[in-house]
Amino acid sequence: MNGKKDAAAKRMQKQNFWGWVFFAPTLAGLLILNIIPIFQTIYKSFFQTGAFGRGNRFVGLENYARMFSDGQVWQSLLNTFVYTLIEVPASILIALILAAMLNRKMRGRSVYRTIYFLPMVAAPAAVAMVWRWLYNSEFGLLNHLLKLVGLGPVNWISDPNIALVSVGIVGIWSVIGYNMVLFLAGLQEIPGDYYEAAEIDGAGPVRQFLNITIPLISPTTFFVTTTRIIAAMQVFDVIYMMIDRANPALPTTQSLVYLFYKYSFIESDQGYGSAIVVLLLAIIMVLTVIQNVAQKKWVHYN
Amino acid sequence: MKHNQTGSMACLHIILILGGAVMLIPFAWMILTAFKSATEATQIDPFVIFPKTWRTDSFTSVISKMNFFRLYLNTLLMIAGRVFFAVVTASLAGYALGRIHFKGKNLCFSLVMFQMMVPVQIFIIPQYLMVSRMGLLNTTFSLIFPGLVTAFGTFLLRQSYMALPADLEEAARLDGCSIPQTFFYIMAPLTRSGMIALGIFTALFGYKDLMWPLIANPDQNAMPLSSALAKLQGQFAANYPELMAASLLACVPMVVLYVIFQKQFIEGIATSGGKL
Repeated sequence: MNGKKDAAAKRMQKQNFWGWVFFAPTLAGLLILNIIPIFQTIYKSFFQTGAFGRGNRFVGLENYARMFSDGQVWQSLLNTFVYTLIEVPASILIALILAAMLNRKMRGRSVYRTIYFLPMVAAPAAVAMVWRWLYNSEFGLLNHLLKLVGLGPVNWISDPNIALVSVGIVGIWSVIGYNMVLFLAGLQEIPGDYYEAAEIDGAGPVRQFLNITIPLISPTTFFVTTTRIIAAMQVFDVIYMMIDRANPALPTTQSLVYLFYKYSFIESDQGYGSAIVVLLLAIIMVLTVIQNVAQKKWVHYN
Repeated sequence: MKHNQTGSMACLHIILILGGAVMLIPFAWMILTAFKSATEATQIDPFVIFPKTWRTDSFTSVISKMNFFRLYLNTLLMIAGRVFFAVVTASLAGYALGRIHFKGKNLCFSLVMFQMMVPVQIFIIPQYLMVSRMGLLNTTFSLIFPGLVTAFGTFLLRQSYMALPADLEEAARLDGCSIPQTFFYIMAPLTRSGMIALGIFTALFGYKDLMWPLIANPDQNAMPLSSALAKLQGQFAANYPELMAASLLACVPMVVLYVIFQKQFIEGIATSGGKL
């Protein structure tokens, strides 16, 4: 009896030991690469950084005070929200409709899936460059097509009023395939009987989509929405690549992360850059909490 | 009824083909422009869709301006390093969190979940300063550095390990396997699909990473493809055939891999769900 207990205790000891050994590399990495840096960044946000990290001076909340009175930061916060509001709902709605269309035995299904996913495997720098070329106001394909129907020309990325929408379109185009693949995986979980029953009751494809697909896919929709909002709030690549520093539309397109990059790594003002990214962290935390509370209202788990 | 169905099927295909065209046009335009002369590309009367002769000057010109061999190599080493470390560390940690009972496990798991919620930009300044103090900016190490461990991968592989049946472990233990032996010989090989999903995810997002390489590897010879393209645009903003040729050269390897392994790519992304 005692021997059995001993063996059990020994096993627990072994589990304890090996558990920590196995987790140790990840623990060390997470602490050094992620957890400590969070505190370092917050700490840094209370300092004024001189050029090349020289002359660090404690300034308390000065960076935050500066940030809240900096019209550029407020504008970039607004730009970030507007970008998110353009990209996320449109890309999710289009992806969901596409996934519903492809969720059946049909010819060419995998070809369509491959094509729609293709933008995901292209380097964002290349994607941004080709779109910038398509948007070119003098020689671009888009304005040429508009001219054929007697419209334009449109200054897609230099008109401050529409540049953010143009950037948002690139964002939508880039992630549709990704969202679609996630929705296709989610749709496979819905039993086919539901659709057969609906068909017998005489419900058409639109009714089926609204009454069966949308409610039953809601856990996937929740997951995709949450992750897409967080990703869209961090938009940087497209703006960095498409909007030059001399572009008159820069003030109405630059995102929070763009400002973070600019202050931290171009203007060597890491203190202010840190304050901006702490603001982003706070906003994302709040959004995450809101989404988790709101999901109880609209997500149906089986 | 039958007729109606064929009609709606045709309708479906028309919508999907039109949508597919929208997805493909930017790629087609990239290819067409890359083979045009600079004059053809910027001619509006008449507007040129197809190049008169398919020129390769732009390719030779960008290859002489940017050391593409070096860029491919840097990108490959970055991806290989990140994939290797991600799969190894996340397998170990995923096994610990999914199958081993140890004190403090819940705290460790909370740490992993917490990291996944935080925007990555908050790590970047300290990570940059660390690499800079080590004197390792502009190296392969600096490209791999942020990917040495992965909270997301740990979470993903934990799920894979949790899905495995418990009797396997029990049988291995009765046969006298130690915990590391059980992990290495029995359990880890069974998470192959999870490891592949993580590998594809890591490779794809490493290839697409732009901000970190811009910061950590500013030297022309130390850049991966993504940031090299960004720099090229800054230098030769006006020459569109060259920019498109460089973009095409940067996209081709990943697109080819994707077309060959599309099933793995799409399943990998679907199972990993991803956070980007």
